[in-house]
Amino acid sequence: MQTLYLLVPIAPLIGAIIAGLFGRYIGTTWSHRITISLVFVSLIASCIIFWDVLEGNVFNGAVYTWLVMGDTSLEIGFLIDQLSATMMVIVSLVSLMVHIYTIGYMHGDPGYQRFFSYISLFTFSMMMLVMSNNFLQLFFGWEAVGLVSYLLIGFWYTRPTAIYANLKAFLVNRVGDFGFLLGIALVLMYFGSLDYATVFENAPDMAKETIELIPGSSWLLMTVICILLFIGAMGKSAQFPLHVWLPDSMEGPTPISALIHAATMVTAGIFMVARMSPLFELSDVALSTILVVGGITTFFMALVAVVQNDIKRVVAFSTLSQLGYMTVALGASAYSAAIFHLMTHAFFKAVLFLGAGSVIIAMHHEQNMEKMGGLKKYMPITYWTMFIAALASAGVPGFSGFFSKDAIIEAVGHANNPMIGFAYFCVLATVFVTALYTFRLLFMTFHGQPRMDEHTKSHLHESPWVVTLPLVILAIPTVGAGWFIGPMVFGEYFSNAIYVSPEHDAIVKLGAEFTGVVGMMMHALATPPFWLSIAGIFTAWFLYIAKPDIPGKIKETFKPIYVILDKKYYIDELYSWLFAGGTRKLGTFFWKFGDIKLIDGLIVNGSAKMVGWFATVVKRVQTGYIYHYAFTMIVGIFAILTLWLY
Amino acid sequence: MLFGIPLLSLIIWLPILFGVAVFATGGDRNAQLARWIALAGSILGFLVAIPLYTGFDTSTSTMQFVENHSWFERFNVNYHLGVDGISMPLILLNCFITPLVVVAGWQVIQERVSQYMGAFMMMSGIVNGVFASLDAVLFYVFWEASLIPMFLIIGIWGGPNRVYAAIKFFLYTLLGSLLMLVAFIYLYQSSGGSFSIEDYHHLPIPLNAQILIFIAFLLAFAVKVPMWPVHTWLPDAHVEAPTGGSVVLAAIMLKLGGYGFLRFSLPITPDASHYLAEMMIVLSLIAVVYIGLIALMQADMKKLIAYSSVAHMGFVTLGFFIFNAYGIEGAMVQMISHGFISGAMFLCVGVLYDRLHSRQIADYGGVVNKMPVFAAFFMLFAMANAGLPGTSGFVGEFMVIMGAVKVNFWYAFLAATTLIFGAAYTLWMYKRVIFGAVASPAVEGLQDISKREFAILAIFAIAVLWFGVYPFPLTEVMHATVDNLLMHVDNSKL
Repeated sequence: MQTLYLLVPIAPLIGAIIAGLFGRYIGTTWSHRITISLVFVSLIASCIIFWDVLEGNVFNGAVYTWLVMGDTSLEIGFLIDQLSATMMVIVSLVSLMVHIYTIGYMHGDPGYQRFFSYISLFTFSMMMLVMSNNFLQLFFGWEAVGLVSYLLIGFWYTRPTAIYANLKAFLVNRVGDFGFLLGIALVLMYFGSLDYATVFENAPDMAKETIELIPGSSWLLMTVICILLFIGAMGKSAQFPLHVWLPDSMEGPTPISALIHAATMVTAGIFMVARMSPLFELSDVALSTILVVGGITTFFMALVAVVQNDIKRVVAFSTLSQLGYMTVALGASAYSAAIFHLMTHAFFKAVLFLGAGSVIIAMHHEQNMEKMGGLKKYMPITYWTMFIAALASAGVPGFSGFFSKDAIIEAVGHANNPMIGFAYFCVLATVFVTALYTFRLLFMTFHGQPRMDEHTKSHLHESPWVVTLPLVILAIPTVGAGWFIGPMVFGEYFSNAIYVSPEHDAIVKLGAEFTGVVGMMMHALATPPFWLSIAGIFTAWFLYIAKPDIPGKIKETFKPIYVILDKKYYIDELYSWLFAGGTRKLGTFFWKFGDIKLIDGLIVNGSAKMVGWFATVVKRVQTGYIYHYAFTMIVGIFAILTLWLY
Repeated sequence: MLFGIPLLSLIIWLPILFGVAVFATGGDRNAQLARWIALAGSILGFLVAIPLYTGFDTSTSTMQFVENHSWFERFNVNYHLGVDGISMPLILLNCFITPLVVVAGWQVIQERVSQYMGAFMMMSGIVNGVFASLDAVLFYVFWEASLIPMFLIIGIWGGPNRVYAAIKFFLYTLLGSLLMLVAFIYLYQSSGGSFSIEDYHHLPIPLNAQILIFIAFLLAFAVKVPMWPVHTWLPDAHVEAPTGGSVVLAAIMLKLGGYGFLRFSLPITPDASHYLAEMMIVLSLIAVVYIGLIALMQADMKKLIAYSSVAHMGFVTLGFFIFNAYGIEGAMVQMISHGFISGAMFLCVGVLYDRLHSRQIADYGGVVNKMPVFAAFFMLFAMANAGLPGTSGFVGEFMVIMGAVKVNFWYAFLAATTLIFGAAYTLWMYKRVIFGAVASPAVEGLQDISKREFAILAIFAIAVLWFGVYPFPLTEVMHATVDNLLMHVDNSKL
């Protein structure tokens, strides 16, 4: 079994190395054949491991000693339990689908092999992240997926927008990592170890420990650690106010938007918090913070999605909002619901993105939905799979998104936390908005009159099978994954991997009311989320199919609101003025004034000038005339004699 | 000593003798011969250094491979050599870098080839002498001698403003080290006539004398590291130095300062070190934050990397003065790793400079279109410079941050800003130079790296990745020495 554990990350790594270093020798076909088969190996191994874990075989062990510093030993190792096994299957499945899809999407691109190398490298990094049994390796994977994300957003490196977006993504993520690393440092300092098992075991003893960061104000140690770790999660999972990089990351090719910026990497933060549940459960302040951050992201990012016209950006803001849902669930201590939504979201969002990609291929890389419309009859497979995904996203009963989202909303409703009211409002209101923007996307793209030019229209056709097959395969769990809610969220499935303290009993209460999936759907019919979702779909239908001229009028009437949403609340502008501009000004000041004027000008060259000046003065005395020297000598002799005599 | 061979002497004198041989080849008519002798000598120099690692006993902190002969009997000056877990890795680093520098100058240097190669060979031997000396006078001789080849390298093969830079470099470092000599004379007196560095480690000294000695050492070492605010010679020296000179300067010369702190300041004046620790930490943190911001605004690639060196060396001094094993071992790892990364970064800039004769970021753009292989290497080193886990650049910074938080959360906080600033200045430069559409006809005409350049960069790449993925062997050799040093620093010598 342990060989199998190793195989899961190593197989894609080998694929990445082969495609990356030797891609130009083995050609395009062999590059994708090799990488795809190795990711397939990884998927098979993950599935076997998953079954093994279901039988109760949990593993925690080291692979090798990375470093010994002082008396602390840091190891690379694996923790295989229900949480990591679930993630491994999700990651390898979506990754494999995206690999296959890429054959079609990147066909003819000069960087074909490089692309396969990157996505395989990503699979390796993500696996190392989820399989880790310690904070250090988690951070390794964390930064490695960030690197691959950077490389892939900037994949088309001649585009100015792409290379701006990837730098921005990396730096914003680094801000998150900054907090994350400090959190890790505090963990190491207080627990003397970075091993999950050791840290979690000793966490309850540290629950009352306090720390004074600013003299005079003492904080619970756990609160500080958890908030620092959560800052890392905010970066990676794009939570407000570190969300700004995700919309821009759409500059990357669509397959990676699906794989990295929707299904897997951005959920690393959610995974991390769930993994750290034994720590987060000890700090109510941290949980409240998470609730507020998640709530803001859920609601306000969903609003932005409503006004976007770029098909990928709609899905990107939808991802932000859905990640907000997961974050809120974490804050409400409904970790299992968060992971469950992570899973269902991975499937339906991958379909939405890959479907959007399929549309983009057909439209000759036009992404503006105002130039689409009526694509349904040209692209039936893409349409129907996206339709299913849209239903899941909007939370229509029976589809996977419904179960996970309803579980989150209900859990928030049952939780007790000072911030719960705000969070509850956000998650509830967003149901309507989600349904609205999802179906707006669907209607603008596939329904109504075609708005593209004649040339594009004459070339419209369904994408090749390598593109549609992943859509169809991923559409299956988009419908079906929700039906596992019983064991996964309310059952004992995660009880091993996730710790929930007895006071935070929202999920337990829900579990008591849970009477099976059919009962859950029946119950939903009488609750507001269902009707909000239906109302959202209806509104979208009314605005974009029944009365397509109304949206324009609304836009005119509520111009200020529209502009604020369209400009994403001016956060990008604020950041680029305050942070990018501010650091550049400060850097210039330090350089021009501190280094050049003060140190070099005044001290270094100044002292050189002093020596020079002194030398010029002394030089005057050395005239070279003997009688000057003789005279000086005589004066000197007199002076010495006088001193000596008296 | 292995099989009766005085290994350390061999490591010091072999490169110097080869250097003499290279000089002897004479003018540029025999340039090819000079190159081959230098290459053979430098590779041999690396090979003879390997037994230093394989024969090293990691369980002890006492000096190993010791040689001790009387030199000037009247003043009790000895030819006393030996290494421990601190100096051994640095000697290996130096021996590793030398052949690469020789190869890097293979084609670029076409004038005064024998002098150029000879200077680097001598430099290599002299620096080994600095790291291996256990006698203060011997140390001082090697220390000052190391200035001469570097002064010549900058002054002869440097850029347009080379004379200013060479003199600035020379005066800065010479002034710093003169006070160190005064300190040695004081220590000689108070120890009753000994120049043995190990004797000084056990010498009781009153606090005010310790502080004065500490400051004398500080001036010598701080200039070399360089610490803020005596760093301004470094950007000038780097900008003017030829590529090989920059590589040796960044990879090796700066480490002399760091080594000095560990060999002299901390063990000889432990009480003064504790007394002045906060000042040292503040200076180090200024180097990390202030210099990081300055690096961001540089328009010249070499200046940018030079400033980034100062910021990275801030981690080294920070690690020393937090007085725990994480910090000191982390600082050591950071020194070794910085040797690889800064060396590789300067080589990358050198590759571009050889083709376009410009170091200005603005003159480039879209290089990846023409030099994809080079861009991949540069990406790796840029990421290492930004401290990405999996590269050696992460290990040292990580360890120092872990150590700093134990002392004060805010030290770690400020140090960790390098995660953001380091990435910002490195990747912003990378973006402007490498990414984008082809920016000019000059870039359009670029050729990708040659086999020779590929080989050098590949060796650096392997080193950077190896110690990122498996840094274990690096710290393994240090534990005993660092433990002993920490014990030493904690015992008052008043």
